[in-house]
Amino acid sequence: MSYCRQEGKDRIIFVTKEDHETPSNAELIADDPNDPYEEQGLILPNGDINWNCPCLGGMASGPCGSQFKEAFSCFHYSKEEVKGSECIDYFRNMQECMQKYPELYPQEEDKESSTQAESDTGSASAAPTEGSALSPETDATPSTSSLPSDSVSTTDSQAAS
Amino acid sequence: MLKCRTVWKKLAPLARDSSTLCRQDVRRAGLNNGSAVRVPAAHMSSGSAGGGGENKLYVLLVGAACLGGGIYAYRTVKGDQQRYMERMAEISSRPHKAASQKTAVPAQSEPPAAAATETGTVPEPKPGAAPSPEEPSPAAPGAEAAAPSETTEPPPAVDSTPASTKVPSHAPYLLIGGGTASFAAARSIRARDPGARVLIITNEPDLPYMRPPLSKELWFSDDPSVTETLRFKQWNGKERSIYFQPQSFYIQPEELNSAENGGVAVLTGKKVIHMDVRGNKVKLDDDTEILYDKCLIATGGVPRNLQAIERAGEKVTKRTTLFRKIEDFKSLDKVSRNAKSITIIGGGFLGSELACALGRRSADFDLEVIQMFPEKGNMGKVLPEYLSNWTTEKVKKEGVKIISEALVKSVTYKDDKLEIQLKDGRLVKTDHIVAAVGLEPNVDLAKSAGLEVDSDFGGFRVNAELQARSNIWVAGDAACFYDIRLGRRRVEHHDHAVVSGRLAGENMTGASKPYWHQSMFWSDLGPDVGYEAIGIVDSSLPTVGVFAKATAKDTPKAATEKSGTGIRSESETEDTAVSPVASSTPAPAVEQQRDNYGKGVIFYLRDKVVVGIILWNVFNRMPIARKIIKDGEEHADLNEVAKLFNIHED
Repeated sequence: MSYCRQEGKDRIIFVTKEDHETPSNAELIADDPNDPYEEQGLILPNGDINWNCPCLGGMASGPCGSQFKEAFSCFHYSKEEVKGSECIDYFRNMQECMQKYPELYPQEEDKESSTQAESDTGSASAAPTEGSALSPETDATPSTSSLPSDSVSTTDSQAAS
Repeated sequence: MLKCRTVWKKLAPLARDSSTLCRQDVRRAGLNNGSAVRVPAAHMSSGSAGGGGENKLYVLLVGAACLGGGIYAYRTVKGDQQRYMERMAEISSRPHKAASQKTAVPAQSEPPAAAATETGTVPEPKPGAAPSPEEPSPAAPGAEAAAPSETTEPPPAVDSTPASTKVPSHAPYLLIGGGTASFAAARSIRARDPGARVLIITNEPDLPYMRPPLSKELWFSDDPSVTETLRFKQWNGKERSIYFQPQSFYIQPEELNSAENGGVAVLTGKKVIHMDVRGNKVKLDDDTEILYDKCLIATGGVPRNLQAIERAGEKVTKRTTLFRKIEDFKSLDKVSRNAKSITIIGGGFLGSELACALGRRSADFDLEVIQMFPEKGNMGKVLPEYLSNWTTEKVKKEGVKIISEALVKSVTYKDDKLEIQLKDGRLVKTDHIVAAVGLEPNVDLAKSAGLEVDSDFGGFRVNAELQARSNIWVAGDAACFYDIRLGRRRVEHHDHAVVSGRLAGENMTGASKPYWHQSMFWSDLGPDVGYEAIGIVDSSLPTVGVFAKATAKDTPKAATEKSGTGIRSESETEDTAVSPVASSTPAPAVEQQRDNYGKGVIFYLRDKVVVGIILWNVFNRMPIARKIIKDGEEHADLNEVAKLFNIHED
């Protein structure tokens, strides 16, 4: 059973698990998914890519940022059967650029953070996604580039992402 | 511009007079049909000669003058346009020149070349002015007025050469300060403005780094070389550096204007001492001037000191650490290995965290750790009293000797020891003092820039979009901003620096978003007590705390292990579930006494609206807390609201 105590202006309530089992009747205001003030997810309401999404870490802002943006944009807007199949050149450019900065883009794993982010969009487009990309469990990767998002999360600032 | 106006003013009446004269003459000629009668023209300053013949001569002279003036004006405009094109071509070719020859010589030779083209083109209109003898003097000032307006860009090239060729003379995005807010802004700008050129100026010798590990994780590292590597192991086992990015992420300042896709350059060891808002430029401590298009002030702050220490003399100040930077961490680490007793003055976040960190070491190094503060318990200004007392007990368990309700009267150096005299008579002897008594926001530039400083909270006063004036934004510890939901405030937390830095970067690249996404903060006091908070968390507000009993799984360590991330704000903001790592000891819920505040939620109220929430040993629920604050609703029963947090679950 819960019990309650007042210490001056502070109120203290102790609750057991059973006390909290009944659903809450507190009312929350419905969120507007198109609210311009809110932090956006990876994909903006108009379908564009939000390059400033914390989920991308520093991918769009680093030295290979422009190559990454080209490659990912191409992939995102690709209407081919195998999505992104026409974007091989962009991804190759990106990989070449990243190989020049092994410190920033360690070539450890064969996971693609862009496809991970893409598969995230379905679940996370409405909700703000912060923090680095998760440990990848990706599906088919359309290209040869290896973007270890784990390393991304270690090299990039969690704070700034 | 003013000269043009005066010229026009001179010309206008003349033109008007001559045109009305022309019209009058024509009309008169038409009406009177050669009559000798002359209508007196009262407003005529230039009297007309009597008779048609003289009129005709007059008309001829005026016509010639108009024609000459027209020709001259046409040639001037053409000449100006040509000069402008030449100037633009020259400016665009200059970075190529600078890139190819990295010595001071081309920089020196450029300004004279620029000056030569200037003087070369000025004489041009003068011959053009000859045909119209009436207007040589107003014309020349007009030409000169045109010339200075074109040369606002090049002059810094002339001034900056003696200092250093490494410093670019113009940076489209200039960020003053090299901390968390600045880095977050740089990243945001680069993400949104492709090819952006960002220059960060910091007076520290280090690249941008994060501060929280300096008082937490770095102290718990097993690596003996941690003071050099500055790498720490996050609780999920992953190691990372405190630097946001390694050196290879940045470009050199001298490459800033030539790099094809732009980049972020960091100028270390330089201080901005003067800001000229009208001229859009700043001056460094080595007299270099840098022009900017958009500027962010993220100067953070300087640790406050106690008056008692400041006036105590050099022997005392030498043995006092004001903790903020990497060098402070290094020196305190060294002190902690050699000293026998360290006293921390201050009971807030930094003081308590350092006390816990040093307290852990006290066993290994035979070190006495004392913490003293004016409040009754640790975090006395943040936590409600019952919780503050409970926390103090926990800190004591970490090996810290707590002296509460302690006001420092004086500090003296005696017999190779520091003696701290308290106002109530107690005397504390120690070897070293760490003062963690607050932060003084750095508003040095306010005077030269003419920016407003807030008298209540300190810091630069900015609006809800973090803007101080056109083209100047402020973010981080130094920004006193308007929070639409919670009112005007200034926040000194890491996540706020990230959020405000990112927002400032967005607004600098054209967005107009207000501060809306509420930042959070966290603190750990040893491995058993950790909390996260959001909003206004002030112990003077009425609070409602809802607690459950904690199990072994409810600790900061377990939380981050489960979510697979390293630092709290990262784990807090992940929405997708991760398969939980089984905790090593699935201990059953321990039946503890009723007043054990193991885990729960504390609501801070202002006029019955929740303005702040602390999640006490309850993790990964920050989005719910953020939502409640955002709604800003009056809730009748906060226990119902607490249900939303599911505090009994993991």
